Amino acid sequence: MNTALEIHDLTVAFDRKPVLWNIDLTIPQGKLVGIVGPNGAGKSTLIKAAMGILPLSSGYVKLYDQPLEHVRERVSYVPQRESVDWDFPASVMDVVLMGRYAKLGLFKRPRKADKDVAMDCLKKVGMEGFINRQISQLSGGQQQRTFLARALAQQADLYFMDEPFAGVDAATEKAIVTLLREMTNQNKTVIVVHHDLQSVSQYFDWIVMLNTRLVASGPTETTFTSENLEATYGGKLTLLTDVADLMRREDYPSREENVFKP
Amino acid sequence: MNDLYIILTATLVSASCALLGCFLILRRMAMVGDAISHAVLPGIVIAFLLSGSRDSVTMLLGAGIIGMFTTFLIEFFHKKARLQTDASIGVTFTWLFAIGVVMISLFAGKVDLDQDCVLYGEIAYVPLDVIITQGGVNIGPKALYVSGIILLVTLLFIFLAYRKLFLTTFDPAFASAIGISTTLWHYALMGAVSMTTVASFESVGAILVVALLIAPAATAYLLTDNFKTMLGLACLAGTISSITGYYLAVWLDGSIAGAIATMSGMLFGIAMIFSPAHGLFFRKIKAEAH
Repeated sequence: MNTALEIHDLTVAFDRKPVLWNIDLTIPQGKLVGIVGPNGAGKSTLIKAAMGILPLSSGYVKLYDQPLEHVRERVSYVPQRESVDWDFPASVMDVVLMGRYAKLGLFKRPRKADKDVAMDCLKKVGMEGFINRQISQLSGGQQQRTFLARALAQQADLYFMDEPFAGVDAATEKAIVTLLREMTNQNKTVIVVHHDLQSVSQYFDWIVMLNTRLVASGPTETTFTSENLEATYGGKLTLLTDVADLMRREDYPSREENVFKP
Repeated sequence: MNDLYIILTATLVSASCALLGCFLILRRMAMVGDAISHAVLPGIVIAFLLSGSRDSVTMLLGAGIIGMFTTFLIEFFHKKARLQTDASIGVTFTWLFAIGVVMISLFAGKVDLDQDCVLYGEIAYVPLDVIITQGGVNIGPKALYVSGIILLVTLLFIFLAYRKLFLTTFDPAFASAIGISTTLWHYALMGAVSMTTVASFESVGAILVVALLIAPAATAYLLTDNFKTMLGLACLAGTISSITGYYLAVWLDGSIAGAIATMSGMLFGIAMIFSPAHGLFFRKIKAEAH
């Protein structure tokens, strides 16, 4: 099996305090991958470090067995929705076209072909009716889908997404998951920072459990266990119910569809 | 003819400032222009002491270098000392300006310079400082040419770097993820602001430069949801302020720079109330219609 992402001995520190410590993991190609862990566990930091947005204190990241600079065009990044100013004077099309910038030369303008790709991606996320809409007039779910369309417009092979389901309604979340699933079926790899433990076994093939250190990384069926959850979240009270839920569900087959009703 | 020279110079300056201002306010760095225009004082004094001349090129060079240094310090305090941007701007420029003031007072005997002439260039004098060719032909005021060149350079810069600036302003994380250096474009933009501020304040005064960097861009921001339209509207607001401001000054027999800045503020006020999308007036009407 081909490796999409390999992280070796990765440490990231802010002000000399490590946020990520000694991370070693590999993720195979064509998987839908979830990264879970409590607040402050370094989930966002992990994908930012992998994308070269944050400096590494030690270790290295390889994508498709190469350093990032060689494969940047094959990698896409979806930042957290709240990380940008949605009052910015830009339309949905303006934002999606940003996904084409890397493919354009330094001073070239987007051509019709780029606009066609952007349009196509907007159709995939069901936003074709909003091309000229000002981005501040979008709902949270529509903003998220705009970001997703921008990532799709990059036509990458590996996607890092920082909480794509935050502030998104159930219907949109379902549509996004279906889309991500289609992508992984085409052997693309999608790595998602995720918060909702309930949906983990339903959504992801592969799970990375993180709490500053790596707790576990592997196929969801064998890795997403109550022991690992306990190790990731510690004895945090609010999570005990989630863990109890999970243990109750372990009696059920976890990957069949329509077993869980949302 | 003098009227025309003054209005034209003010318009050219206001267009450069308005264009750069659009990027500044969206980056929440509107006060950087203010900072640069004050912080360059020691640069001007040093340039004067080293060269012994008051010729503009030397002054511009000294001021330009300190201008870039200012933006570097602001970024440094913000990133390394984790100071808020506004505090970091405040500390940097007051400090540099103070050094400039001290230097002027120390070398007052040798230097034919004072804060007033450095800070409040007087736009009314624009037509007096003309360029005369070797053949003895008067080809118009120097400030007109300087501001024209600055506008050309600014336009070229924005035209060539438009998408990089747009992207690094809107979503810096995504920009660095696709390999666009946010630091490089930050300093490129700050360099342009520095150049414009320094080149303009000699002829039109620091206060007017600061006003023109912010007010027209802020006005345009209220009027449109499209960034390119915003750039155009900002230039238009700058132009209208320059023309109406000049005649206001003539009518009142007052300061031209002050009147232009006043008009740019008035335009902002009008936009604030009557903007079709965000204005208080139409919002009220819409609310009542519901």
